[in-house]
Amino acid sequence: METALDLPVAELAAAVRKGDVSATELARGALERIRAKSSLDAFLHVSEEPVLKAAADLDRRRAKGETLGALAGVPIAIKDALCTTDAPTTCASRILTRRGADGRPGNAAAGWRPPYDATAVARLRAADALLVGKTNMDEFAMGSSGENSAFGPAKNPLDPTRTPGGSSSGSAVAVAGGMSSASLGSDTGGSIRQPAAFCGIVGIKPSYGRVSRYGLVAFASSLDQIGPFARDVRSAARVLQAIAGADPRDSTAAPLAVGDYAAACERDVRPLRIGLPEEYFAEGLDPEVAERVRTAVSRLEREGCAVRPVKLPHTRYGVATYYVVATAEASSNLARFDGVRFGLRVEPERGNLNAMYGATREAGFGAEVKRRILLGTYVLSAGYYDAYYRKAQQARTLIRRDFDEAFRDVDVIATPTAPMPAFRLGEKIDDPLAMYLADIYTLPASLAGIAGLTLPCGHTSARADRPALPVGLQLLAPAFAEEKLLTVAAAVERLCRS
Amino acid sequence: MAITRETVLHVARLARLELEGDEVERLQRDLGKILGYMEQLAELPTEGVVETAHVAAERAPLREDALIPSLEHDLALAEAPRRGGGSFAVPAFVDE
Repeated sequence: METALDLPVAELAAAVRKGDVSATELARGALERIRAKSSLDAFLHVSEEPVLKAAADLDRRRAKGETLGALAGVPIAIKDALCTTDAPTTCASRILTRRGADGRPGNAAAGWRPPYDATAVARLRAADALLVGKTNMDEFAMGSSGENSAFGPAKNPLDPTRTPGGSSSGSAVAVAGGMSSASLGSDTGGSIRQPAAFCGIVGIKPSYGRVSRYGLVAFASSLDQIGPFARDVRSAARVLQAIAGADPRDSTAAPLAVGDYAAACERDVRPLRIGLPEEYFAEGLDPEVAERVRTAVSRLEREGCAVRPVKLPHTRYGVATYYVVATAEASSNLARFDGVRFGLRVEPERGNLNAMYGATREAGFGAEVKRRILLGTYVLSAGYYDAYYRKAQQARTLIRRDFDEAFRDVDVIATPTAPMPAFRLGEKIDDPLAMYLADIYTLPASLAGIAGLTLPCGHTSARADRPALPVGLQLLAPAFAEEKLLTVAAAVERLCRS
Repeated sequence: MAITRETVLHVARLARLELEGDEVERLQRDLGKILGYMEQLAELPTEGVVETAHVAAERAPLREDALIPSLEHDLALAEAPRRGGGSFAVPAFVDE
């Protein structure tokens, strides 16, 4: 049933500020939907008490005549990779849980309680959003299907036998399933864009440095970026507006002015030039995905945008480059999970500190996390550093230059977000390399640190082996040109609906 | 690309990871396949190309040099699996 919960973010917040709908009503409604759709496993933790209390506070403040914030009463879900003081934070890993009475690693309820909020979370609270809970994900954001969660995978609301994508799987499901108006995810190589595409919603990977990473559990620090999911472009823009901007707690959060993202959604798209990179329409791309993306771009052309081909010749090295850089950084970042300061500790009966480290990390990390730690340790180790890590950093420069070159001729690049629509749960889980190759279109933008956005541009046709599934259009713009992305995205949204 | 059992165990030791049961064989196979794919980077000419370690490094600002409160002692220790004497407690790390 359609309710106020289904309104776009700006309209919903306006209704709350005016008193047409109470925050308490919205919090109850969201909690009810989360309960009704619990079989999708979108959430690892539902913040029932804190969200009802926050909603009651909002309603009280409004009754006293206070003006509420830009996201007043908007239910928002948070990826479990972001620190929250009122809910456990596990990164869907057993290593961020306490041991149960039976000596085994705990479940998500026994998760780590962070002593601080991530900056993006604190900014949502300051805008009076209602934080409904923590969403399921691939363990430490490592995965493209959600299946690497230590607590079981989230399911795609459009077909529960299929993956919602990953790693921000639950954040995409919460929004696509109507359980929250928006959500936060993190994107290291496509972890917002790919699940948004698979679930038929909007996802933004802001430029590296647009949003503070303070309080985001680090996977690959030179790539990680927090961004929003929403059901429409304008709603995603509102949430980005609330979380973007410099932060004294993160020196990589750029000290640059944040644009007016709501206004950007209303600007004329016609002066913007759109680039189509032939390398993104090569072998391995589902023909129906290619067709929907090309149709969306031709609608922009009919609208008056100049569309021209661009070359991104180093695209084919993106997967290899990314998985060297990301695993190297991950192996270093995940060294902090040592059983000393938080989370799980496993102490063998005999043995010293090293034995405790080894046993804790063996029991606490899942298969994919171990695989990536070992890969990263290998590419950084003596004798292999030059051939892998140094080489990948050079390839990263070439990939960046490709984009710099292309953006001389165009304002925004349009590509498919993923080479295929949502695949089946279990389909790729035994073949890590096949899973990595599914990220081929999202990785290069992450390596270059530029801005990315995905929005739905149609569906594949229903056939015997799969239902009609949403197709994502990826838009890319130079670093800190989020406004251009939003102008084009809002136009595509209008053109694809009419 | 062939990865030996010894290589897996060596890297696991560097990463402070104990591996159990058939994990070593599985990782030998997976790492071999993934590193084999990564070897395509070797064909890319990169002589004289500067490395990108980080896209934001050139514009990182400095924080104001001002005293701000840090995490309270008890709060920092609150989630420790074991503590003692106001500190994190760890097993002995000097062999007797």
